[in-house]
Amino acid sequence: MIAAVIVLPILFSAAAWLVRNVRLRRRLWLACSLLHVGMVISLAFQPAQPILGGWLAVDALGLLFLGIVSLLFLVSAAYGQGWLAQAHAGASQGGRDPERIFIACMLIFLSTMSLVVLSHHLGLLWVAVEATTLASAPLIFFHRTVHSLEATWKYLLICSVGIALALFGTFFLGAAASAGGREGSLLLDRLLRLGPQLDVRLTRIAFIFLLVGYGTKMGLAPMHTWLPDAHSEAPSVVSSLLSGVLLNCAFLAILRAYQICQAAGDAAFARAILLIFGLVSMLLAAVFILNQPDYKRLLAYSSVEHMGILAFGIGLGSAGYYFVLFHALNHSLTKSGLFLTAGNILSVFRTKAIGEVHGLARSHPGIGWAWVIGFLAITGTPFFGLFISEFNLLGVAVLGDRLIVAAIYLFLLTAVFIGMAAAFFPMVQGAAVNEPQEKLPALLRLLPLLLFLLTFSLGVHIPAGLDGLLRLGAAALGGGQ
Amino acid sequence: MTLPALIFVLVSLLAAPLLTGWIVRVKAFFGGRCGAPLLQPYRDLFRLLRKGAVYSRSTSPLFWLGPMATLAATAVALCLLPLPGYTALIAFPGDLVLFAYLFAFGRFFTILAALDTASAFEGMGASREAWYAIFAELILFLALANLARFTNSLSLSQIFESHAVSINYADSPALALLVVSLFVALLTENCRIPVDDPTTHLELTMIHEVMVLDHSGPDFAFILYGAALKLWIWGMFITLVIISAFPSPNALRPLIAAGVLFVIATAVGIVESVMARLRLGQVPQMLMGAGALGLLSYIILG
Amino acid sequence: MQTVIDIFLLLVLLSDLYLLSLTRLGAAIRVMAFQGVLLALLPLLPAGGILSLHGLIIAVSSLAIKAILIPRFLSHAAREVHTGLAIDSHIPYGAALLTGMGMVLVSFWVARKFALPVTVTSRLWIPVSLAAVMIGLLMLIIRKKAISQVIGYLVLENGIYILGLSLAAQMPFLVELGVLLDVFAGVFIMGIIMNHIKNYFDDLDVDNLTILKD
Repeated sequence: MIAAVIVLPILFSAAAWLVRNVRLRRRLWLACSLLHVGMVISLAFQPAQPILGGWLAVDALGLLFLGIVSLLFLVSAAYGQGWLAQAHAGASQGGRDPERIFIACMLIFLSTMSLVVLSHHLGLLWVAVEATTLASAPLIFFHRTVHSLEATWKYLLICSVGIALALFGTFFLGAAASAGGREGSLLLDRLLRLGPQLDVRLTRIAFIFLLVGYGTKMGLAPMHTWLPDAHSEAPSVVSSLLSGVLLNCAFLAILRAYQICQAAGDAAFARAILLIFGLVSMLLAAVFILNQPDYKRLLAYSSVEHMGILAFGIGLGSAGYYFVLFHALNHSLTKSGLFLTAGNILSVFRTKAIGEVHGLARSHPGIGWAWVIGFLAITGTPFFGLFISEFNLLGVAVLGDRLIVAAIYLFLLTAVFIGMAAAFFPMVQGAAVNEPQEKLPALLRLLPLLLFLLTFSLGVHIPAGLDGLLRLGAAALGGGQ
Repeated sequence: MTLPALIFVLVSLLAAPLLTGWIVRVKAFFGGRCGAPLLQPYRDLFRLLRKGAVYSRSTSPLFWLGPMATLAATAVALCLLPLPGYTALIAFPGDLVLFAYLFAFGRFFTILAALDTASAFEGMGASREAWYAIFAELILFLALANLARFTNSLSLSQIFESHAVSINYADSPALALLVVSLFVALLTENCRIPVDDPTTHLELTMIHEVMVLDHSGPDFAFILYGAALKLWIWGMFITLVIISAFPSPNALRPLIAAGVLFVIATAVGIVESVMARLRLGQVPQMLMGAGALGLLSYIILG
Repeated sequence: MQTVIDIFLLLVLLSDLYLLSLTRLGAAIRVMAFQGVLLALLPLLPAGGILSLHGLIIAVSSLAIKAILIPRFLSHAAREVHTGLAIDSHIPYGAALLTGMGMVLVSFWVARKFALPVTVTSRLWIPVSLAAVMIGLLMLIIRKKAISQVIGYLVLENGIYILGLSLAAQMPFLVELGVLLDVFAGVFIMGIIMNHIKNYFDDLDVDNLTILKD
């Protein structure tokens, strides 16, 4: 089953490449994501054994992130059907069609992300993360504009360099395991079992490189410079996946490194660095959110901020792990919904400038309401899911006697709230635009609302199954709740 | 002051122009020509010595002092160089610094004599020469530091006599790096292609040639002979570096040294034949690259 | 055998330094191919030239990818771009070389300070890999042409590969292959993007790609 989760999208990708019928190709995309969700659900209820000698396995963290990957991919596929039909009504048949590359790469993207999540061998993890970069680069370049070209180039180069540094760290970790004449290993489980026998100095160096490397992919400042460009220039479907899923996968890679540090007994060092990176990311995001003229860039910087919150949460210690994982889940849902709504706005208004969009509440109430609800969700308004996690992390900070850190955290959250409010509300209020606008298909307007509804319901009540999964994940990171 | 050292100095003084003649022959071979006879440099020197010198009214005594001072400095530098296996004629701790600075001394007087003519042309050559010499001297000092570090002594004779060089350099590519960087410095200091063409008389491309443009008669003879001697000394220095890395019986060493020296001269001839002059701005780059090689050779030996 | 390893590593380092001062892209690509050959043969040396099936496959595929395919892609991308005498660097070449030498010094110093468990005999592994990584990063920063940045990325990857060889001499077969394929696919996609850049701007100057900013 584990193998199927990874291999199936590749098969579908090959099929999509070969198929000439445009509509069939798009349906293949949807079909694959449905099957993928089905397989993930079966994995949840019937745990699978590790395969390939322990290289691929499902654990609590993996299952959680895999679920996020699968669900959001399904939503994107559903959205993509309508979006491609509307935006590319004139798509040509046959080989030269950029949509063919798009769908094929999209499916490979799904496969590589599944590989990242399921990989328990750090070398394989590296290969998979780099593969996600390579699979997603053509997706960003779908519209073939000069801006997206620049964004793709920056994305490709900066992420590849960052991930190369992560490889550096991976090798150091292998060396840490082999210190003392043992045979080195990059298997997560073996590294966790070796635990205190790992060479601490080498583990530290390894962690720094892994954090900087995978942190580049995750969007932690100051390595985030590719993120605003890539996430804003990509088509909205792609942006929602990049922000909602890919950043999480990179975060998972960092969590694996953290698990190893925890086992080696050096978690305090790791937490300190994560805390700093987290706060710096939030700060940089806040600075660029204020007075941001482009609403997709705004959402991208918001992703940077939330990745900062994730790092910050881990940095606070074991009491916060549960909420960090919950935050990751809700952020994915919310940001995805926001990017899809942004896609709707872009289809209608054809501009990414905040100043040129207004009157959404009057001309397109569906989109306007989704935009407002999304804003409330992403900034942590009660009782959306993000409120639960952000509030509880604040509590952890305060209860842990780290008042200055808590104050900075709260201040930055407020700054982001103000910046985003100043951007979002003028877009929704105001006079309606007079020209007749085409009506978007209902599904495109409905899907974001579904996502927001989901995050709201999670905020109100966490189902027992999910709660158990989150607790297991937090325990794996080394703490109880 | 030992006999072998004295003989070595005398032989060097006599044989130095042979090296220049040999290089000319190698270049002629590559050019498909017969080339000037090996002893031609001697004939040139005798011819010049018999001539009278022409002095400009705008020059000072520095003008005819320059070539003499340069030749004297080069000759003293020769005395500092040990015959492979024996002590040099003049040896004392710190003589390797004197060795490097004697060349600087000679160059200084050549430059002064060039500037003395008040010709803008010669000044141009002098400035270029001074500029390249900065890098070449750096390379020389790097090489000397390389050699001195293992022997704890600052005397050339002791460095080359001791076995420290052979122990540390024999198995390592560091020796190759060192020799290559010294070879590049040799090409620079002796005005060979790719730095400067010794046969060119095109106005804007001369460096060394242009500095000595106004000398004539015996002065010019001193300059030519000094240049040949300087080439001999540099070649012998590289030979010493190579030989002392590989142990060999003392008696055979002078012969091996002569062989290696002529191999180096042949290499210079080959380089001159197959390469073209570098653009003026590229020469410092090449020299920095050579300096990097020397530095690397220092680093990788720990 | 140690001398041979030393020579190989030294050649890698020298080629990296040479790349820093190189102006012509064609020559740079040839140097990368040369490095590819060196790195393909390097893993075979500590074993004394004894070939296992694993080693042979990795060596052959490494040779094919790093020494043949990647230079081919890069040449293809570099074709029709008139670099000529165009300055490719934000700082003078001499300064770049000096900085590179400085980085070599630093990496040798660091390697001595932090005694890392090296599983092979030569002392040059760690310093050369650190120096290669730093020189690769330097090239990425100072070079103006997109291809030179890709070459800097390849130098970086080569340096990391050397470190991997030294720290974990027995890298799992799949991982090595995966790394190779990733690098290959990376350069492939970069080549495609560079073609697009060429089509838009008629040259590969990355200064053209500075439109997006806050």
